[in-house]
Amino acid sequence: MSDTGELLVEMRGIHMEGRSDETWNPIIKGVDLTLNKGEVLGLIGESGAGKSTLGLAAMGFTRDGVRISQGSVMFDGIDLLAASADQKRALLGKRIAYVAQSAAASFNPAHKLIDQHSEAPVQHGVMSRTESEQDGMELYRKLRLPNPEQIGFRYPHQVSGGQLQRAMTAMAMSCRPDLIIFDEPTTALDVTTQIEVLASIRDIVEQFGTAAIYITHDLAVVAQMADRIKVLLKGDEVEEAETREMLSNPQQDYTKSLWAVREFQRPQKPAVLTDATPVISVQGVTAAYGKVDVLHDVSFDIHEGRTVAVVGESGSGKSTTARCITGLLPPRLGQIELDGQVLPLDYRKRNKDQLRQVQMIYQMADTALNPRTRIGDIIGRPVQFYGGLTGKDKRKRVEELLDQIELPAAQYFDRLPSELSGGQKQRIGIARALAAEPKFIICDEVTSALDQLVAEGILRLLARLQDDLKLSYMFITHDLATVRSIADEVVVMKDGVVVEQGPKTDMFKPPHHAYTDLLLSSVPEMDPDWLTNLLTERGVDNIGDAAVDKMT
Amino acid sequence: MNSVLKIILQRLALGLLTLFIVSIVIFTAVNMLPGDFAQAILGQSATPEAVEAIRKDLGLDKGPVTRYFEWLGGALRGDLGNSFAQANFASFVGDDSGVRTSVAQQIAPRFANTMFLAGVTAAIAVPFAVTLGILAALYRNSVFDRVANISTLTSISSPEFFMAYVLILFLAVLNPILPSLSNIYDGMSFGERLEKTLLPALTLTLVVTAHMMRMTRAAIINLLASPYIEMARLKGIKPMRVIVRHALPNALAPIINVIALNLAYLITGVVVVEVVFVYPGIGQLFVDSVKIRDIPVVQACCLIFAAAYILLNLLADILSILSNPRLRHPK
Repeated sequence: MSDTGELLVEMRGIHMEGRSDETWNPIIKGVDLTLNKGEVLGLIGESGAGKSTLGLAAMGFTRDGVRISQGSVMFDGIDLLAASADQKRALLGKRIAYVAQSAAASFNPAHKLIDQHSEAPVQHGVMSRTESEQDGMELYRKLRLPNPEQIGFRYPHQVSGGQLQRAMTAMAMSCRPDLIIFDEPTTALDVTTQIEVLASIRDIVEQFGTAAIYITHDLAVVAQMADRIKVLLKGDEVEEAETREMLSNPQQDYTKSLWAVREFQRPQKPAVLTDATPVISVQGVTAAYGKVDVLHDVSFDIHEGRTVAVVGESGSGKSTTARCITGLLPPRLGQIELDGQVLPLDYRKRNKDQLRQVQMIYQMADTALNPRTRIGDIIGRPVQFYGGLTGKDKRKRVEELLDQIELPAAQYFDRLPSELSGGQKQRIGIARALAAEPKFIICDEVTSALDQLVAEGILRLLARLQDDLKLSYMFITHDLATVRSIADEVVVMKDGVVVEQGPKTDMFKPPHHAYTDLLLSSVPEMDPDWLTNLLTERGVDNIGDAAVDKMT
Repeated sequence: MNSVLKIILQRLALGLLTLFIVSIVIFTAVNMLPGDFAQAILGQSATPEAVEAIRKDLGLDKGPVTRYFEWLGGALRGDLGNSFAQANFASFVGDDSGVRTSVAQQIAPRFANTMFLAGVTAAIAVPFAVTLGILAALYRNSVFDRVANISTLTSISSPEFFMAYVLILFLAVLNPILPSLSNIYDGMSFGERLEKTLLPALTLTLVVTAHMMRMTRAAIINLLASPYIEMARLKGIKPMRVIVRHALPNALAPIINVIALNLAYLITGVVVVEVVFVYPGIGQLFVDSVKIRDIPVVQACCLIFAAAYILLNLLADILSILSNPRLRHPK
């Protein structure tokens, strides 16, 4: 944003390979990258596109099992690939810094923030320990962290995710580097927190004229941050252009398809009759972990063939509500009705038929499928348990189910989960839930671990299955774009309380509850001026945590 | 800090409970040993009357439950009873001086010797093993790493007496640097004691180093793939500092546990080494007492061994809890 036209990084013909099963497979297939001093380049692509690998290569660093097989990386006239380990170490941290995706995992749990902050300046001989600590507090202030004088003396687990991410940005700034690699710095954060971190990062990068490579899979985010955008697909460059031009006039089909994803929208279904019996009715549920109440008097209904999206940030009680409905966490007060019948609170007291009616699909398909069990058995187990089918009948039913989730049975029946892609695994999760022939399925963040195109496929599949089988969904998500595309009704939760609920069309139109408003306005839009406009409109104190705190 | 205090108190209570259960097991097991002291001391020509007299004198005629509680009550007051073997049976010929050696008197000097040997060994072995483990993690898969692994494994796989004789051969016979006998006694100066103890301590060091070194190495390497280690590297921190400052503090819990297990072994399991070096430790006393069915001594030794194990594991637990900043500094 303060591009000087002076070359800082030049990567030429980079080929990278990753080792798996004793062979080297290409990850990056000949990418060029140039970055001027003070410029911000956005690297965008799906997971597995090689964004992070390329970002790290710009630091002359590769993870274990990855190598740069061809090409050159020049940083300010220094050939990073030919440089010795000591020479590179002298640059890392001092002139090139890194901000990782998960600050919670990337801060060492054993040391205080300020000690980790001042480590690089002290080790590189840039500043003394005291100077660096003073400077750290100054940076914390610039990044608008609360209590900048004291927060550094906390341990990472004592600080919230959004604050940690800002502390990590401060740490990257500690030696005033020429280049910072931001590797998905806001992906793990809630929308209201994300916006605050984005504003701080943009602000500080501008103030110090630091060049940056900003890696993300979120187009709307990169639109706010970058001067130029480079799109990667499976290790190849798709195209590169100035941010505004890329947004208004994408050249390649792949880029256009990325833009199109957000267009899938289902019409809202007509309202149900007022006297209809809901499939699931949550009535005045209060639940606690240990002695602390985490849900307070939560009530909502879910009707046949409808999707209720439960929205809220992490810790708002969305998943806890799901655990109450499934009976995994018996509520302290209140009750759950299925088709007008009160369900026993504890799942152990429910009969088989009650159990089969409520099924669940999980966020991480990776961990929700037994890695040692073949697909046919994963889906076959509920078929046998609930349907009592065995032998040929069971196989036939499993094949039907695989057919329903659009995976050819002949090809997938005998595979292991590790032989499937992320989206396919999530489809297996859906088939497993369907195998019980339930009326009601809880979808817990089922698309948030998936790339946008794949996620859209899953949403379409769920929508089709709902129409075919008259299923009811409770759709837990923090992503409002998903809500927009699939929900009929929306329940907004915050701190274990339902703050607002109603039909989707009403929820996306003002007036809102103040919190819903904050959530909605915090979702980044494709407009590159969105963040700037929002900040002028609301002021820095009315976004993110600061705004949430004001409400309570 | 409160939660930590609570956990520690809980562990202490559990430790005491364990010790109580162990005391029952010890008592039962010892009493199930075939033969008894009276028969063992009187030999083949014992008359039933003489056996009966000794049994009565020692209280062996009472029921096992009564004896257990008498023993436990005594142990709680610090009175571990009198040794059978040191008892003066002269009373049977009408010449009882009334002096009997208590178990505590008999065990105390031996136990002190054992602790001295364990202490010297620990002082050498723990820093040595941990340093070796750190270096092996730093230079993993290098020649140094392999040599360290192979040699420690070799030393732990060889029988202790063999290692002892090898060390005697090299350090006492071929190069007479250290004495091969470790017959320490009261009134020796610390320096003399240390000199005499060094060879058995070195033998034991060879025995216990492998576990601790390999656990240190494994616990550190296990962490090297974590994001905060990558972060430290990307900050341009030197490899040695990455390991010592960033990996080691987070790897402490498993390392502490293995160290505690090995220290417990040093107190309870070194009888072979004691025999080879004629070191007057508690292990020898224990084995001798079993041989002559000196039940009070056997029980007392077992109880001390059990207490040592429980105490060291308790200490390891507490230290690993304290090594976790989440518990030390709650939100």
